[in-house]
Amino acid sequence: MKLSLGPLLYFWSLDDIESFYQSMLDTPVDILYLGETVCSKRRSLGFEQWMELAASLRDSKPVKGQPKEIVLSTLSLIEAESELKTLRRYCDNGDFLVEANDMAAVQLLSEKKIPFSIGPTINVYNAQTLAVMQKQGLQRWVMPVELSRHTLSGILNDMDEMGIKDKIETEIFSYGHMPLALSARCFTARAHNLPKDQCDLKCIDYPDGLQVKSQEDQSLFTLNGIQTLSGLRYDLYNELEEMQSMGVDIVRISPRSRQTKEIINAYYQKINKLEDKAAYTIAENCNGYWHGEPGMLQSSL
Amino acid sequence: MIELVCPAGNFPALKEAVNNGADAVYIGFKDDTNARHFAGLNFNEKNLPKAIEYAHQRGTKVFVAINTYPQPDGWPRWQKAVDMAADLGVDVLIIADISILDYAASKHPQITRHLSVQGSATSYESLRYYEKNFGIKRAVLPRVLSVSQVAHLAQHSPVELEVFGFGSLCIMAEGRCHLSSYVTGESPNTCGACSPAKSVRWEKTSQGLESRLNDVLIDRYDDGENAGYPTLCKGRFRIGGNTFHVLEEPTSLNTIEILPELDKIGIKAIKIEGRQRSPAYTQQVTRVWRQAIDFYYADPDNYTPQSQWSAALNKVSEGSQTTLGAYSRPWQ
Repeated sequence: MKLSLGPLLYFWSLDDIESFYQSMLDTPVDILYLGETVCSKRRSLGFEQWMELAASLRDSKPVKGQPKEIVLSTLSLIEAESELKTLRRYCDNGDFLVEANDMAAVQLLSEKKIPFSIGPTINVYNAQTLAVMQKQGLQRWVMPVELSRHTLSGILNDMDEMGIKDKIETEIFSYGHMPLALSARCFTARAHNLPKDQCDLKCIDYPDGLQVKSQEDQSLFTLNGIQTLSGLRYDLYNELEEMQSMGVDIVRISPRSRQTKEIINAYYQKINKLEDKAAYTIAENCNGYWHGEPGMLQSSL
Repeated sequence: MIELVCPAGNFPALKEAVNNGADAVYIGFKDDTNARHFAGLNFNEKNLPKAIEYAHQRGTKVFVAINTYPQPDGWPRWQKAVDMAADLGVDVLIIADISILDYAASKHPQITRHLSVQGSATSYESLRYYEKNFGIKRAVLPRVLSVSQVAHLAQHSPVELEVFGFGSLCIMAEGRCHLSSYVTGESPNTCGACSPAKSVRWEKTSQGLESRLNDVLIDRYDDGENAGYPTLCKGRFRIGGNTFHVLEEPTSLNTIEILPELDKIGIKAIKIEGRQRSPAYTQQVTRVWRQAIDFYYADPDNYTPQSQWSAALNKVSEGSQTTLGAYSRPWQ
């Protein structure tokens, strides 16, 4: 089972992004997803710079392990013509695998018969859908975050019967604030009483998003521009063994400004049954979706 | 002429829609195959044939929404829903899931397919995907686009476009929102429910009237404040020291004033939200929109919304307040 680092969901500066990915070369993570998936106004890196970063990370010799696989991840909600224009450049990059996060990208890639992967905001709830998309070039899918192990096991069984299990890699979003919703509105701008068009790029002030609590101080959501994430971090550390036995190919960790390396290392050690150096704590995190319960719950089942 | 598509959660509502001038009614089956899976709502094998007959005799089309996403255990049920609707002779299937679109296109190619709003297509490239692969004739657009974006889409779209004209307002891109399952375990995509009634609890406390969803405090109302249904995105929450409607104020969508614009940019149909509402709601809203559309076509250059329309519509609006939503984007 491989480890991946999902696309950075938050808005960071160019320096922070570059040093973050540089530091990932020292970790045992296998796959790096690069690119802006949330808001087209975030331009710390433009298309050319993402491509340069992608090439330099691919060509770097890591301190340990294999060279990193690089995938370009694309915008999740495509509304404007300018966004389509940028999307076409990623789809036509000719070098790296592209992760589609909107059906527009699936169209652009499948039309040109370019193999592709799909992120968790593409609605795949059954193996029949994977079978349709496999014929169109699908190589890898990330399960929507709201689905359970029961559903996953059903999908994997059906994929097996359809003869497509070996043709499509299955990736599970396993650690981090879960992307729950997308809107045309910008909630970070709203929290600052700013209109979306004059948002002052406020997201840069929240490297891990903006916390929303109930009036009783219960952690509910994390705002990230037009995206709403879970208030708690999803954490399937205790479920890694089960995923392995089910035949999951890739486990995804979502980048944060703090502790990403530590999480990668802890997951790596657990997956490879290495000595657990630090006691891992999941007390504050949730795993309800995996167990078929409300996502915010922590289940010990 | 722009088509008026009205909601019917049961037979009496369907009759109201038909008799008050709907060009089409849209309905769902009594299970989780549709996005309004509420207790006491929808149609089954027994009353659907009568409903179709009633509508067809009066020249009204019947659309059936099979627009949630089946998981492995449920897939045959969605398949059955498609077969049943097709065999009963409905006019249109409204579908979101790719495999169900694929199934309907290959098994019942003669039945027209529309892409549900839950399919979340917001660009013409996305529409091209559904047209090319599954031959959809029309798509219902998510309520996240501005009028100019809709106009641009209409110019390049390979299919007809239907937009929401009135009713509850989703502020998230439909089909891509898991807020409800995060808190309650049920979402529109998986169960056809958002902030489901069974998870709602109201409680009078010393701090005011509280609404909860699976125990999570959604809002707290002072005496005399208008209390609304605790839909997650419409709650009052906290950021830092501020308590406010973090995502959205509880308002309804109403686009009656931009009807001429929608027609000019080439929109083919207006959809009224609200299969979960009463027959009286369907009657009221259908009647007003029929009047508005007829009024517009009688003299397109001199259309002005009539004050009695808004009075009638405001009576049935959520939060008694309406907005143009994303179409005008005051928050842009």
